[in-house]
Amino acid sequence: MSGQTLYDKLWHSHLVEERDDGTALLYIDRQLIHEVTSPQAFEGLRLHNRQPWRVDANFAVPDHNVPTEIHERSGGVAGITDPISRLQVQTLDDNCRDFEILEFQVNDVRQGIVHVVGPEQGVTLPGMTIVCGDSHTSTHGALGALAHGIGTSEVEHVMSTQCLVQQKMKNMLVRVDGQLQAGVTAKDVVLAIIGEIGTAGGTHHAIEFGGEVIRALSMEGRMTICNMAIEAGARVGLIGVDETTVEYVKGRPYAPTGQTWEQAVAAWNELHTDSDAHFDRVVELRGEDIEPQVTWGTSPEMVLPISGTIPNPASMGNVGKQAATERALHYMGLKAGMKITDIKLDTVFIGSCTNSRIEDLRAAATVVKGKKVAATVKRALVVPGSGKIKQQAEEEGLDKVFTAAGMEWREPGCSMCLAMNSDKLGDGEHCASTSNRNFEGRQGFGGRTHLVSPAMAAAAAVAGHFVDIRNW
Amino acid sequence: MKSFTVLEGVTAPMDRANVDTDLIIPKQFLKSIKRSGFGPYLFDEVRYLDRGEPGQDCTDRPLNPDFPLNQRRYQGARVLLARENFGCGSSREHAPWALEDYGIHCIIAPSFADIFYNNCFKNGILPIELDAAVVDRLFGELYASEGYSEGFILKVDLDKQTVITPAGEKIHFEVDEFRKHCLLNGLDDIALTLTSADAIRDFEKSWRQKSPWLFDAIR
Repeated sequence: MSGQTLYDKLWHSHLVEERDDGTALLYIDRQLIHEVTSPQAFEGLRLHNRQPWRVDANFAVPDHNVPTEIHERSGGVAGITDPISRLQVQTLDDNCRDFEILEFQVNDVRQGIVHVVGPEQGVTLPGMTIVCGDSHTSTHGALGALAHGIGTSEVEHVMSTQCLVQQKMKNMLVRVDGQLQAGVTAKDVVLAIIGEIGTAGGTHHAIEFGGEVIRALSMEGRMTICNMAIEAGARVGLIGVDETTVEYVKGRPYAPTGQTWEQAVAAWNELHTDSDAHFDRVVELRGEDIEPQVTWGTSPEMVLPISGTIPNPASMGNVGKQAATERALHYMGLKAGMKITDIKLDTVFIGSCTNSRIEDLRAAATVVKGKKVAATVKRALVVPGSGKIKQQAEEEGLDKVFTAAGMEWREPGCSMCLAMNSDKLGDGEHCASTSNRNFEGRQGFGGRTHLVSPAMAAAAAVAGHFVDIRNW
Repeated sequence: MKSFTVLEGVTAPMDRANVDTDLIIPKQFLKSIKRSGFGPYLFDEVRYLDRGEPGQDCTDRPLNPDFPLNQRRYQGARVLLARENFGCGSSREHAPWALEDYGIHCIIAPSFADIFYNNCFKNGILPIELDAAVVDRLFGELYASEGYSEGFILKVDLDKQTVITPAGEKIHFEVDEFRKHCLLNGLDDIALTLTSADAIRDFEKSWRQKSPWLFDAIR
């Protein structure tokens, strides 16, 4: 019998029961909650007169709607200008109070983007099953946890039963061996992977990321990779536990301590794929081959290396791809044959659950230090992923570096990644963004998103157009 | 949960791959704390020529004449014919809520994104995966039927797992037993899971013994 993948191990350890119809009941250790996808679930609980199965398995934080400008933020929930957003954040506060769920409220220093806060606080631990009503829950797989996004009906299901009805996914391994070039980051690696397998390449699969390049990444980098597994169609991204993982978790506020810590680490050290395990699909990339990446279209798979030129729809393999390319070029206001480095930017956004951690902010600050944002760039926002990251960045003086360069230093939240608050792109604006989705209208009606790494976004802010960070 | 048994309805085309949930229901409408009322904002950015805001009365908004759901022959559409990877992106259940509220109860496509696919079943919507070649052919038949006063009507029978075309062709589709059972009977799957409450408690007990740190209360 062959060995087990990490996904197999996590699946089997949480199996409550298997049914004849091919479904299984899977136990959920942790549910993360935010204001957008939870109100209807709480409403469902009340409607059916149900109580949460295990209150302390839940943790909440508002992030999608929260304002990031200090003057609006300082008034707490009551200070949120948009009445609909205010009601949604207030509703989360009310629900968490009524059901006694731990919540970091809007002006708690520990507040931030749910996928940043979970790992940062030790609310996310290796070996857990974790769900959240948000597709970027795949982020937590970087810690060797089985984590994925769910809809609101399933949020209610997990609150009520501590379980989900699931079918086992297939196993996929993406292995990146070799070494990255200087200036090439986790973001470039995951964009290159999506470019390779496509935006539906991982559908029905749990993707495990492995190989020398992944092993050499920090936890921040690993979270960036797993965060975007969903952009390749996979609900689940995973990376096996190693010393980097254990070191990261140690000492976090909600991490185990003392004897329990030793016991936990012993269990976590088993959380890796066996050498003789079988994967349904294996994809291999070489680290050396990966250049800094920039998306040019309206799907994350529409991505090119910085040295690339905008594709010609006529050169696409099939009619569907041709039509999609034409539509994307029209929406993005780009022409076939244009160089990526000739794309001019109106806005730069550094933030989101993909790239708002301290390492990301340091990388961006290193690039802009002593320089100024180009006069043609109207706005450059830096939005830290959590209050704790903001604090740390300020201790390191990064905020001063950004503001001296002419960038705005904001309060933590999802911000312009999905523009649910007032941070939006204007119609037709091009944005170098460290977020995860370049869909039409994602960052604002008519907005044109180019996904890049923090260093590439920072360099684009200074130059006013995309530049090869390797020559910076 | 809403049930789905047999549906006979006008079919409208959504002829592009990778239709994401941001396109199905843009983010500004996600601020609602309700489960209903999303129908008028379905496909908002491509359906109207102006920018939609939550709570807005849509009756006088300028319509995009090129968008199929605005065309006379697709009025009252209940089935959506779509392309690869429909529903990709965010996990927002507001996407199926908007489709259902509009009146779309069945989506036929070569493939769906996992989370969206699952969310459909929770809301009385049947997503049907058919071979890309079959979907392509249906698109052809749909477009060729232009001018038919009653539109291109497909009949979908979940119990028999068939789609019947206007020409009388029966196309078989696959669906998981459990999902089919729940959808046919409109079952409350939470109540169903709670029938396994003892098994959950047993599991929890042994899991707690094995991994006590997972049960440390976060406070």
